[in-house]
Amino acid sequence: MPAWLSVDLLIQASYFLTAALFIIGLKRMSSPLSARSGILWAGAGMLVATLITFLYPGMSNYELIVPAMFVGAGIAWWSGKRVAMTDMPQMIALYNGMGGGAAAAIAAVELYRGEAQGYAIPTLAVAGGIIGAISFSGSAIAFGKLQGLINSSFRFSGQQFLNLLLLLVAVVIGGMIASHYDPSPMMVTALFVVALVLGLSMTLPIGGADMPVVISLYNALTGLAVAFEGFVLNNAAMIIAGTVVGSAGTLLTQLMARAMNRSLGNVLFSGFGDTGAAATGEVSGALKPIEASDVGVMMAFAQKVIIVPGYGMAVAQAQHKIWELCQLLIDRGVNVKFAIHPVAGRMPGHMNVLLAEAGVPYDLIADLDEINAEFENADVALIIGANDVVNPVARTDKSSPIYGMPILNADKAKNVIVIKRGKGAGFSGIENALFYLDNTRMLYGDAQKAAAELIQAVKAV
Amino acid sequence: MTGIVALYIFMLAAFTGYEVIAKVPVILHTPLMSGSNFVHGIVLVGAMVALGGAHTPLEKTIGVIGVLLAAGNAVGGYVVTERMLEMFKSTGNRAGKSTGKGTH
Repeated sequence: MPAWLSVDLLIQASYFLTAALFIIGLKRMSSPLSARSGILWAGAGMLVATLITFLYPGMSNYELIVPAMFVGAGIAWWSGKRVAMTDMPQMIALYNGMGGGAAAAIAAVELYRGEAQGYAIPTLAVAGGIIGAISFSGSAIAFGKLQGLINSSFRFSGQQFLNLLLLLVAVVIGGMIASHYDPSPMMVTALFVVALVLGLSMTLPIGGADMPVVISLYNALTGLAVAFEGFVLNNAAMIIAGTVVGSAGTLLTQLMARAMNRSLGNVLFSGFGDTGAAATGEVSGALKPIEASDVGVMMAFAQKVIIVPGYGMAVAQAQHKIWELCQLLIDRGVNVKFAIHPVAGRMPGHMNVLLAEAGVPYDLIADLDEINAEFENADVALIIGANDVVNPVARTDKSSPIYGMPILNADKAKNVIVIKRGKGAGFSGIENALFYLDNTRMLYGDAQKAAAELIQAVKAV
Repeated sequence: MTGIVALYIFMLAAFTGYEVIAKVPVILHTPLMSGSNFVHGIVLVGAMVALGGAHTPLEKTIGVIGVLLAAGNAVGGYVVTERMLEMFKSTGNRAGKSTGKGTH
């Protein structure tokens, strides 16, 4: 090895390369065509950083590091390959929580050892530890809720006060550790216990509909925790990657909250997302059913059909059948488009992934701003498993909880067909005025079965 | 690395993250959240160093948990992101054909 080439330089250069690869990777993910190469670039960066870290000076315990890595990686690989596309959001929550837990573990090792000098490093270790622990237990609750393992909300009066108190206690304990007033192992243990409990009690009252925003927030928090622990370990790759994720995640959280017409404070401190709102707004008129054969004819002879898919479609696994139906229509010269509301599915972009899985080309998929002007020219708006995102009450009724939420103007189409399993209200528990309009017909049944019937009907024309 | 240099890195990285995401279309938000979730899997490097320098049984135990979780974050994040983006690749190729048919 030449004299100028030290192991330290090699490590620093590798981390530099990793940081660059991460940023290039994220950048490439900003276009659908280059997105896949983006994850490959970022993956290469991760591989470089991981391998070079084995050369870190003064490292021991390889007999523990290697098996722990293989077990963690193996379980994650196995579960990541198996999970269904509809369950992606909770899987992201789970992996994110693991990252938060790892950041907290780094903080714990450093704080138990208690060798750090000065105030800056212990303070950052404490801050990263608290944030990481909150993200860890909070993400676990988010996973449990979306997976259907936790159904109740555990709300009681004074909950916000309790959370504030817990945060205060964590900060005070952290301050005592960081200022070297009492950095005993008992205090370190207390710090992490309080932070973990805070993550639980913060997340338990939040309803399922708001979970995507919360997951995104915890993603940003984990990034921040990783960056803080990067400062502690003097590791530039961790600082850069963690900070980039922290700021990007914060922006993404804001975008999601805005798409749902909710402020972040509202998501965290009120309990709306759990069907808590009463069914407001008296709706007059009757629901008018229609047969699949009639819908088939209507669509086959239409100029323009806009499909509005919702989570209900994905749950019924109907996206493949719907795309089959659309291909039949396209072959007949019908102009078919998919209209995606920002919160369709379980988080922004989730529905696009589900449609992509079914093979729908992304240039047929339009988002809210692009498509809303086109509903007026559409002969048929076919609504499958979507509800609140097409409820015109959001435009008109100031007393409605969803008032002001941007919606898809499906009611402007000449004919509106709603595929729906039963007569229940949407996720928010609000009656949907769209279903009672004169130009709306209800096609009752399971989305997958209804789509199959529509395919037969169109073929029969 | 001095404190002030670390602060500069922190600031510039924060703006970078903001700018990179600001231009991302909504359809990629979920894969991107997953992708950024993978990127903070770099915590694995820190967890390795922390465990590599652990001495007492308590430090070692926490260190092992840290490495285990971090490896899960990195690998799981990669696998699910790759699976999601794989679909965009295949539909990208198919898109040309289908729209060709649709707009005749």
